[in-house]
Formats: sequence, C-alpha cells, structure tokens
Amino acid sequence: MSRTLQAPVTVSFDYTRSVGPVLGRFLTGLREGRLVAARTSDGRVVIPPPEFDPVTHLETDDFVEVSPTGVVTSWSWVPEPVAGQPFDRPFAFALVELDGATVPMLHALDVSSPDEVSTGMLVQVRWAEERSGLITDIACFEPVAGPDEVGDGVSGPGRARPELRDEAPTEQSRPGEATGEITTIITPVSLDYLYAASPEESAFYRGLLEGRILGQRCPTCHKVYVPPRSACPVDGVATTDEVELSDKGTVTTFCIVNVPFLGQKITPPYVSAYVLLDGADIAFLHLILDVPAEEVRMGMRVEAVWKPRDEWGTTIENISHFRPTGEPDADYDTYKQHL
Amino acid sequence: MSGLDRLDHRKNLAAVIGVGQTHHRAKREDVSMAGLCREAMDRALADANLGRDDIDAIVVGKAPDLFEGVRLPARYLAEALGAVGKPLLRVHTAGSVGGSTARVGASLVQAGVHTRGLTVAFVKQSASIAMWALSVPVPFNMPVHAGAGGYFAPHVRSYIRRSGAPTHVGAIVAAKDRQNALKNPYAHLQNKDTTVESVLASQMLWDPIRYDETCPSSDGACALVIADEDTARSATSPAWIHGQVMRSEATSAAERDQVNPQAGRDAAAYLWKQAGITNPLEEIDAAEIYVPFSWFEPMWLENLGFTPEGEGWRLTESGGTAMDGVLPVNCSGGVLSSNPIGASGMLRFAEAALQVRGQAGEHQVDGARRALGHAYGGGSQFFAMWVVGSERPTG
Repeated sequence: MSRTLQAPVTVSFDYTRSVGPVLGRFLTGLREGRLVAARTSDGRVVIPPPEFDPVTHLETDDFVEVSPTGVVTSWSWVPEPVAGQPFDRPFAFALVELDGATVPMLHALDVSSPDEVSTGMLVQVRWAEERSGLITDIACFEPVAGPDEVGDGVSGPGRARPELRDEAPTEQSRPGEATGEITTIITPVSLDYLYAASPEESAFYRGLLEGRILGQRCPTCHKVYVPPRSACPVDGVATTDEVELSDKGTVTTFCIVNVPFLGQKITPPYVSAYVLLDGADIAFLHLILDVPAEEVRMGMRVEAVWKPRDEWGTTIENISHFRPTGEPDADYDTYKQHL
Repeated sequence: MSGLDRLDHRKNLAAVIGVGQTHHRAKREDVSMAGLCREAMDRALADANLGRDDIDAIVVGKAPDLFEGVRLPARYLAEALGAVGKPLLRVHTAGSVGGSTARVGASLVQAGVHTRGLTVAFVKQSASIAMWALSVPVPFNMPVHAGAGGYFAPHVRSYIRRSGAPTHVGAIVAAKDRQNALKNPYAHLQNKDTTVESVLASQMLWDPIRYDETCPSSDGACALVIADEDTARSATSPAWIHGQVMRSEATSAAERDQVNPQAGRDAAAYLWKQAGITNPLEEIDAAEIYVPFSWFEPMWLENLGFTPEGEGWRLTESGGTAMDGVLPVNCSGGVLSSNPIGASGMLRFAEAALQVRGQAGEHQVDGARRALGHAYGGGSQFFAMWVVGSERPTG
C-alpha cells in the first residue's frame, strides 16, 4: 500500500481576457484574413505586434500588413502531440518569417514527417474555414506548392486538412460593441494534477475509513494536531505520537455562508464552523446541521454525524456534518485560546 | 536586538518620488494586463519626472496566478514593463503582495543595490472570479471553504466576542470608507448614499459580514518610483521611508491567535522602533490600513498598537478614525472601496506617500507629516508595513 493517498484534481475556468488595442487590431485582422504587423522604432517589422515598442516603450501605433507566405527560419518536430496542441498527429512547430516581416512568428506547420521540413523552405498560411479573431484563424502553415504540384489539383502528402484535436479547448473572441474590433477573448484553461496527501494526513484519512479520528502529538510542545501535520508548525519536529480523538467537540467560532459561488459543493445557507474535538489542540472546519443556523453559538457542544458505513471512503466527508449534543455550552475560558 | 534588527544601521536612505495608479473599476475591458500596468507605471514615472531609462530595476507583484490564469505573468510582461536589460523580480505574498513588493523595491535601494527602482502591482479580477479561485476544493477535505469572506468571517466573530464590541462598529467603518472614497477619483466604489443604516440593512453574506462590509472586486494597478537619497533630495516633495518591515507566520498552528496575529504585532513593534515612534496614535497623522472586511479596522488598530487590545472598536466608534479624527484611517476609501487585490497593498503604501507629500487631493489630511502604509495577506499570515514621512529621517 502506498504511504500516501492520492486523488486527481482538475482546476478549470474559462478566462476572460481583454486584449488591449494592439492585439485587438491583430486579432481583428486575422478575422478578416489579414496579417497585421507592427513597425517598431528600431526598424523591425514584428508579428504579432508587441503592445509596446521595445525601444521607446510607447504604445505601438505603426502597423503594416505582411504577406501570408514566408520562410521557415527554424523548426522543431513534435512526434507525440499532447492535448491542446494544433494536431493530433505528428507535426512541426516552426518559426516563420513572413514576407514583409523581419522577425519570425511561431505556429504549427502541417507536414507528415520531419523529412518534409527544412530551414529555408517556403510556407504559406492556411486559413481556418471560419475565422473569428483568434490566433487559430491561422489553422497552420503549409508548404508552398512545389512546381510539380502547381495546377495539377493533387494535394501533396502534407496538404490534408488538419484534424483539430477533439479535446483541445476552444477559444472564443468577442468584439467590442462600438467598433466591432476584437476586444476580448475567452480562454478555457484546464489544469489536471494528482493531489497527494502527506503520509500523516493519509493515516488520518485511512483512520476515517474505520470510523476513527487519529491525531498526532508534537513531542516538544505536546499539542495534538488533527488532521496531523508532517511536522509541528511551531517546533518543526515530526509529530509521531498518534492520538485517537473523540468525535465530540466544541464550536469555537463559525460563519454562516449565505453566498452562492461557482464550484460550491454545499448549497447555502450553511454553517461553516471551527470544531475543536475533545483532546485536540487545534480546531478544524466542518459543517453544522440539524439545528437552525441562527441557533449555532460559539461554545456549542457538537458531535459527528457519520454517513452510513457503506458510503465511507478515505475522507473527512465520512462525517456528514456535526450536530448539537444538547450538552450545556462549553465555558468561554475553555476555548478562548483557540480563537 | 534580534537578528532581524541587527543590520538596520547600515541602511541607506530611500524615498518615494513617484506614485501612479489606475482608475479602479470592476472591468477594465479596454486594456490588457500589460496596458493596465503601464497606465500606473507611466503615471508614476511622470510624477517622478523620470523616464523608463532612468530606472535600474523593476519589481512586480500580483495576486495568485489562478486569478488571471496566466502562469509566470512577469515573463509576458517583461517587455511592457520596460524590464529588458534590467533586473525583474516578482514578489508573491497573497493579498499583502502589493505591500511586500514596495518593501522589496525599498530594500533594493536602501541596500545600495539600485539607485532608482520601480515597483508595480496589479490584478485583473475580471478575468475570473476570485471566490472560485480561492475556493478550489482539496481532495479528502470538507468543501466548506467559501472565499476570503468565508475564511475571515469566523475570526471577525471571534473578535466581536473577545472585545465585546457592539455589532454596528463594522458598519461605521464601511460607511466611513465609502464616504472617503467620494473624495478619491481613482476609487472604484462611488456610492454617495452609503450610511451606517444602509450598511446594516445590506444582505448578510458570511454572517457576521454583510455585503456592504466587503470589498469590491476590481481591476487595477499601482506603481511607485523609489529612489536613493541623492535622487530624492532633488525631487519634488519626496516621501522618505522611515521604516519598513515584513513578518510571516504559519497559516495554522495550535492556539495561533487569528484575531491579533503575532507576526502583525511583531512587525508593528519593529516598525515603530525603526521610525522612532513611541506613541503611534499621537505621532502618525494618517494611516492606510488593509481593511478588506470592515471589522479589520478595529482588529488591526489593536494589532498595530494604536490602541490597547480589545479597544480598537472604541476608537472607530468615537469617530477617531474619520478624516477629522485623531487617526484618519483610509482617507482614500481603502480596500473597502477599491480592491484590485494584487495592487491593494501597494495602494496603501502609495496613499501613505501621497499624504506626506501633500498630494492626496481632496482626501488630503492637512499637514500630514508621517503616515502608515499596511498590508496583510494569506490567512492573516503575511504582514508588510512602512512609515513614510515628509522630512528626511535623522539619526
């Protein structure tokens, strides 16, 4: 058995980005099938245009259109594409210096093998079928047809339409109301990772699977932590001394959550309370139910209400909530040092 | 003398000679993140009468990356911030980051590493939703977290219980700061009708915190030019740094005082010592204190040592923290009126500088000579503060 419990976590959100006037001009150009570059004060022509001049630092205001054909200045082969990349089959990322520009831009190059790409080769923009003001309006670059292909109507091996990955997040753009220029893009971002509890926390969660609440005592200050920490936050030493705790305790302080929000797991209103278990020296957050929210008090004595055993896992959620025990409230002096 | 105090006598003098900020709004859809920063930076440089080439180093601070979903934003911003060919540092201490960023910039100048530093802090909250970003559920744990308000509300309840404060004190703070904001054209909220009664009548969001007792969600940026003694001597009305400090503590520890955190008390004590202040209530003319939820005004008044423990609310209730009070607090409207989280701490430091430079406009405290800028962040675990003065520190 692994020492640590692990669980996947996905954090995802559709971010709203305001692009500003310079990138807005670039994206608006893409929507119209035009490639808008900036002429910077040092004489370079840069696409996408930088928002601010690299020398004068002033906002970019000198724009020029460049050609959809250009030269590969460097490239890298992608043998195993991952989610979110332009293709689900091998392709190249290429730096392409478009005719009229002096600085290369990065994009995907649609060729089927690294043998078909070389520095110095001529490529051209392949526009997406539908354009909306996003960098993906340029579907990719593709080789400019060689003399033997011109006019024969036969697509070369690298000229199939790209298959966009199904799972690739889809950006959206939004024009401003007044001008129709692109002002905003919506960018879905999704981050998948594996959360690993510490060995000490894992022991705590495994204890919950047996209906036990296991804390640990610091050998130096003798404070009992629940859930246990890997080290005492005050003394910095390992908390190795296991202590089984009661499932009864005292509400030290709490708030009543009335506000709904994205991603919320519990429907408001609910009481989020610090519960100090008997025998513990630190309170932890849990839910108080089976009592009207307005009757929850500091010092209220509460007990764990466990879910049915067949619903248990290695989680604090085995305790559905805490409810009042009906005992008299704890004296303020018994918990005031925990506020 | 602790190790943290030991090197103090070696510090060079430094002063704020330029202040810039954006007009803070719910959504600044007309600018990118870079554009937002540049608005504040360009104003700070113009105020300092310097160009970007006069700057030696740039320090940038922002709120957690999840707010905008841009990883390593300093990388994307380097060119726009004029950092090409110069050192660019990023600071990250949650909500206190704006203050910490100013503090890092000041330290670089005080240490003699750089002559003129530019600090900038920002957030584009409209890119996402702060409550979502601060409440991502952690596996195996109880999903009861509900944003910053949900985190701090229980500690506000503890404060009320411990101090015996009447429950309307929070509303007094909110009404005061919203009225102060009417004198600050940069402030996000401009609600002239806010009164104690209207605050008390607003919806209870995270009991005991009401809607009108919470900060707004803002897009905004702030920038400072911090210069060495030679530069500052030839500048117009520099705000001299008389002391600056940061302290941290564990987020959670047994019997940790969440109402009056040790790190805040220690930071304040060291700050007053550096500034030669023995009675802060008497000697500080204006304070910009990080108050995202109304009750944190009386809580931090105690933590900072302006009042004895348990009595901060009395100063607030008596009107002592109003613009005409003994200690004007958050004349700018404070975090309760503008909260571009990443920039909010730097705004406190900046507003303190504006006060001692006599440049706070309609919210100027007459004759302010010494002012406090304060920020806190995380679970009340990061503290950053400075005292700035109109006169060059002596001794």
